Amino acid sequence: MSELKVTPMRPRTQSEGASAGAGVAEERDERDRIDPAELQDEHEQRHQEQLKHIEHVDNETLLKMLYQMVLIRRFEEKSAESYTLGKIGGFCHLYIGQEAVAVGTLSALRPDDYVLTSYRDHGHALVMGTSPDEVMAELYGKIGGCSKGKGGSMHLFDADKHFLGGHGIVGGQIPLATGVAYATKYRGTDQATLVFFGEAAVNQGAFHESLNMAQLWKLPCVYICENNQYGMGTSLKRAMSISDVSQKAVAYGMAAEFVDGMDVLAVRAATERALERARKEYLPSLLEIRTYRFMGHSMSDPGHYRTRAEIERYQERDPIKVFGDNLREKGLLDDAGLKEIEGRVRAEVEHAVKFADESPEPPPEELFTDIYANPIKK
Amino acid sequence: MREALNQAMREEMRRDEGVFLMGEEVAAYQGAYKVSKGLLEEFGDKRVVDSPITELGFAGLGVGAAMVGLRPIIEFMTFNFSILATDQIINSAAKMRYMSGGQFKIPIVFRGPNGSAFQVSSQHSQALESWYAHFPGLKVVMPSTPADAKGLLKSAIRDNDPVIFLEQERMYGNKGEVPDEEDFLVPLGVADVKREGTDCTVVARSMTVPLALKAAEELEKQGVSVEVIDPRTIRPLDIETIVNSVKKTNRVVIAEESHAFCGVGAELSAQIMEHAFDYLDAPVKRLSGADAPMPYAKNLERLALPDVERIVKAVREVSYLD
Repeated sequence: MSELKVTPMRPRTQSEGASAGAGVAEERDERDRIDPAELQDEHEQRHQEQLKHIEHVDNETLLKMLYQMVLIRRFEEKSAESYTLGKIGGFCHLYIGQEAVAVGTLSALRPDDYVLTSYRDHGHALVMGTSPDEVMAELYGKIGGCSKGKGGSMHLFDADKHFLGGHGIVGGQIPLATGVAYATKYRGTDQATLVFFGEAAVNQGAFHESLNMAQLWKLPCVYICENNQYGMGTSLKRAMSISDVSQKAVAYGMAAEFVDGMDVLAVRAATERALERARKEYLPSLLEIRTYRFMGHSMSDPGHYRTRAEIERYQERDPIKVFGDNLREKGLLDDAGLKEIEGRVRAEVEHAVKFADESPEPPPEELFTDIYANPIKK
Repeated sequence: MREALNQAMREEMRRDEGVFLMGEEVAAYQGAYKVSKGLLEEFGDKRVVDSPITELGFAGLGVGAAMVGLRPIIEFMTFNFSILATDQIINSAAKMRYMSGGQFKIPIVFRGPNGSAFQVSSQHSQALESWYAHFPGLKVVMPSTPADAKGLLKSAIRDNDPVIFLEQERMYGNKGEVPDEEDFLVPLGVADVKREGTDCTVVARSMTVPLALKAAEELEKQGVSVEVIDPRTIRPLDIETIVNSVKKTNRVVIAEESHAFCGVGAELSAQIMEHAFDYLDAPVKRLSGADAPMPYAKNLERLALPDVERIVKAVREVSYLD
């Protein structure tokens, strides 16, 4: 559990504007604020925040989190390469830029908690402990994949690790997670369920139906909006009448928090607060974690809908660079330490590619297995 | 019929703590059609849950609960409203096991009345079995007698796959003998010969079964011996029993209240053609609901649905008697 002081949260109203779990909430929309001096001030403020957070997390955990972020980054770079080589087919949605979200949130979990996410799921699977070998083999459509090659990039599953997918219909995983939380409460445990979705999913009925039921029935579910600000090629501003996602919780009387998704420790701290609420009071939360994807929506996205300058502005606060720099500043990381992490990750990713390459295709009979748990034989 | 369904749920909820019922008006109101009468009293509001009107939401909630081992019974007040939940039924429930490489079982039952009701017009009077039967990963059940309803629902609740259990509003008041034993189960995927005959097979399901039986009585008086077969489950389909009957009678009429186009009757016709072409003495005849949305007016509604008279006429037609 959190070593941090729990900041009490309450749903914000429109008139209150953005109040504070993560501190810098009023500085909401960076696209409207490109004054360099102001931006620099804000970055400095966030820099100081992360330094403060570092003091509350043990060194081993900090370095593990950095390692996981680097693993996702390098794994995804390799996925992009394999995709262009034709080794990966179909849709392939990369997580580059958003690493702090999966790593920060999932680092706060217990092994018996549950996690569901959307089709942008490689990072979550890796952090949940599915081996890079199995994830890459799944992308390659091989029998050694975590879903035996039947799910592909969008449908990674690992039941043993309590990773319940990998869902391809925008928002479809949100009611499912609500049901998982329903089941844990039904059984009287204090397990929590985390569900991730993009901001575009917030416009789906599934989101609103789920939040209503979760607050009504007090279900221990943490709804995590990974707001990367684009639903495919459509910006949030062009798709949502009130683009302040965390405000949506007000309609359901649910606690909500706006979080800087480029700060892995701010993400972790906010998740800890939400988990405490879930475990102790069976209460759900909505976290809006503002992030940015550095790549296109999928591998087939040329990305003409946003400017190079905008992407570069976010890359200045690359979550891995920010975290690494701050760990150095605190004396917890040096060149050798970073090199060790990069080396370990490179070996793992190379091993994953080799494993995926060598894993056999699913045998033809797999076409008709796993359709029913109780098949009816004639 | 409604008591048989009620008994099935009650017995299975007593048997397994993981079974719970959720849907609109299932608890305090005792069910829109009183199928869940008394269940709240016996099992409490943890296991008999009134949901908001939020079909997509509670269907998905049920699938999620099933992923981690509970056995939800999700009631749709009518299957017309399940249309709002099809994403969760088709994209989540039906495919979860497959796309996870067999890591999950989804033991869930979606149940409620399907098909036509009395004068409720187009949006509340339609048969959706062909929609759900289309998808591998789902099982589709359509009982026509109280005993079958009980035995099949108990099997559906114990089954480890998602089952679409289609009742019929017009039949909730139907009477029939129902076995009392706790372990009375009717297996999924086994057709039932509701009446034996030698001259023509009528394949009927749900509300057309009693109509077909009445037609058979009428036809007996006219010297025509009709065999009535109720597949009881559409998926998996016991085509063997149907084909064996056709091989004996050489003629077949399919009676259904759903639309003919791309319907279950079309599937049956194709399979009969594939398996028994050389045995057919006449083309397969489909008697289906009208190819129009359901009208409100009583006279038009009557015209839109199969009835005893038209089943008699169809059997005579394939027997070349007129």
